[in-house]
Amino acid sequence: MLHRRKLLAVAAGGLAAPWVARAAAMPGVTKTSIKIGQTIPYSGPASAYGVMGRAQSAFFKMLNATGGIGGRTIEFLSVDDGYSPPRTVEETRRLIESEDVACLFGSLGTACQTAVRQYLNARKVPQLFVNTGADKWADPEHFPWTMGFFPSYRTEAQVFAKHMQRNATSAKLAILYQNDDFGRDYVAGVRDVLGPQYDKTVIRTASYEVTDPTVDSQIVDLQASGADMLLTAATAKPAAQAIRKIAEIGWHPLHYLSYVSTAPAVVLIPAGAENARGIIGAVFLKVAADPQWADDAGLATWRALAEKWLPGENLNDLHTSGYAMALALKQVLEQCGDDLSRENIMRQAGNLHDLEIPVLLPGIKVNTSPANFHPIRQMQLARWTGTSWERFGDVLEGTA
Amino acid sequence: MVLIAPLGFLGDYQLFRLTLIATYALALLGLNLVMGFGGQISLGHGAFYASGAYTTAILMTSAGVPYWATLPCAGAAGAALGFLVGWPALRLRGHYLALITLALATAIPQALKCKALEPWTGGVQGVIIDKPGAPFGLPLSPDGWLYLLALAITAVAFTLVANLLRGRIGRAIVAVRDHTLAAEAMGVHVARLKTRTFALSAALTALAGSLGALETEFVSPDSFTVFLSITLFVGSVVGGVASIGGAVAGAVFIVMVPPLANSVSRAAPGAVYGVILIACLYLMPSGIAGLLRRAAASSWWRKRKRGGEHVA
Repeated sequence: MLHRRKLLAVAAGGLAAPWVARAAAMPGVTKTSIKIGQTIPYSGPASAYGVMGRAQSAFFKMLNATGGIGGRTIEFLSVDDGYSPPRTVEETRRLIESEDVACLFGSLGTACQTAVRQYLNARKVPQLFVNTGADKWADPEHFPWTMGFFPSYRTEAQVFAKHMQRNATSAKLAILYQNDDFGRDYVAGVRDVLGPQYDKTVIRTASYEVTDPTVDSQIVDLQASGADMLLTAATAKPAAQAIRKIAEIGWHPLHYLSYVSTAPAVVLIPAGAENARGIIGAVFLKVAADPQWADDAGLATWRALAEKWLPGENLNDLHTSGYAMALALKQVLEQCGDDLSRENIMRQAGNLHDLEIPVLLPGIKVNTSPANFHPIRQMQLARWTGTSWERFGDVLEGTA
Repeated sequence: MVLIAPLGFLGDYQLFRLTLIATYALALLGLNLVMGFGGQISLGHGAFYASGAYTTAILMTSAGVPYWATLPCAGAAGAALGFLVGWPALRLRGHYLALITLALATAIPQALKCKALEPWTGGVQGVIIDKPGAPFGLPLSPDGWLYLLALAITAVAFTLVANLLRGRIGRAIVAVRDHTLAAEAMGVHVARLKTRTFALSAALTALAGSLGALETEFVSPDSFTVFLSITLFVGSVVGGVASIGGAVAGAVFIVMVPPLANSVSRAAPGAVYGVILIACLYLMPSGIAGLLRRAAASSWWRKRKRGGEHVA
């Protein structure tokens, strides 16, 4: 018995020794390379988002061809998880335990990333720029190794609420929201801004389930409340239904619409482009459809890069946002200098100051601090003219 | 013994993958019982897998039940659900069961998001659970312990099912598959037998789901979409439907092939997966287990047999 125990102790010591030695150094980093991991759906129901990973791969290829970062090339391991949380767990564990990546970057999906958040934080591996709109990634107090990137749904709601506070004559707001994290983030965002005024201002809220066939009755109910402003936190189909129903019953509220449903081809045109006229949405990216950016230098740089390193790809706005994220990572790694330990990567990610990314709207600056894990907190409002989105006013900032 | 050996030299991640294989093998064992031996098609075993996973997650987080006690509960929950579905559905023949189980697999993720159940299921958020550590001060990592646990449960389940199939009930199950009328004439209560087989099958798959939840430490509706059922179906067919060993081969396929497809082509892993799948079905129409059996029968077995005759 004693023998075996001693043997096990020796074996455990032997196994632990290289790990301890490595922990003191920098996992995934050599003199000439940095390993970075990512899980993203290249297959399955959400595979449309896979293009973001492809855009990022192209960017890192370009970077490596021009000398890398600080003399190190980026070894970018972007793997498919099919948008299935169990596979995310499996692939993430492979990246950390078998590939030994320095950090994860731009991994996608709220449920998928929730599944590995605890694991990554326990192991102290940076889960950088999580690619979802949920607000929960900005929680440095409980999850100091996790950070989102894009404006969260909650931030967008804050921007809407601020605009409303400044411009509305009356103060009667109705909210239509999807009954899940996504929808509830909007209610929370409005509450953040209105504070004690919330109960007075928000005179009616109605929720719907993803499975509900229509939202007609909710719209009728909201109109009956006498509200003259409406915030719709809905995904494409119910948003289109809501817009159509509002026009049908002759209601003319000042209508704010979640950015997940601002795509003309998917929502506004099916709902009737005329019905949607006057709707207010929020944007943060230079979208290709906006004629103002036809000759934009930031977008042109990206297009030239994509042409060379991602030939034959049909570029869309998702590519652009993936590229924006990669530029932010480049900044983080450059700030790290020669200390590419996981601690320092996370410290620098929380230390971005007024970073301007050329494919984001002018005036939007990326800022983080140890207490603020919301890299993009600003958006600009835009109004649907019946044919296109027209941006107006200044860039607005959500509350932290 | 050979199967316990990896504990000595494999890292946690490799053990985790072996645990996944053992878990899927258990799930496929359940499915093979219905498909291979019962001769029915189920496209909904992901639903039973989910029921086991959620039973464990909910009991652990909401009721504070220790993880080991949730395992039998998960099996019971799966059996109950299997019985409820099978009781009416198995009175229908052939494709109707496939459709009904497919409907179940489609409905389960939505049902899990249901508002009324949200305090327990966590809605779309899912439930995070803690991976259990090794008991009795065993010098094992949590992954090592789970591997041992999954291996033990799977081994016991395989032995029990093998015994069951060798005996009277097994013969009845196969008789119903091969010739229902004749089996009925022999005194087999067809509907009852089918329902009970289905419930047992669901229980095995639910037990696997419970282990799966412990391994990934997380359950959510997105974890158990209809794709899971399809994956299990594919694993069952590729492994070899009418065999117990096929469940293990199918599990290896399920765990190993998707990452392989991704490493071949990131642009279209689905297409690569499809090609591999078609190649498997074309080259091994009776599954991996069937191929191995045939290979053994044609070379080694015959040689040995012939050698035996010479001596005699």
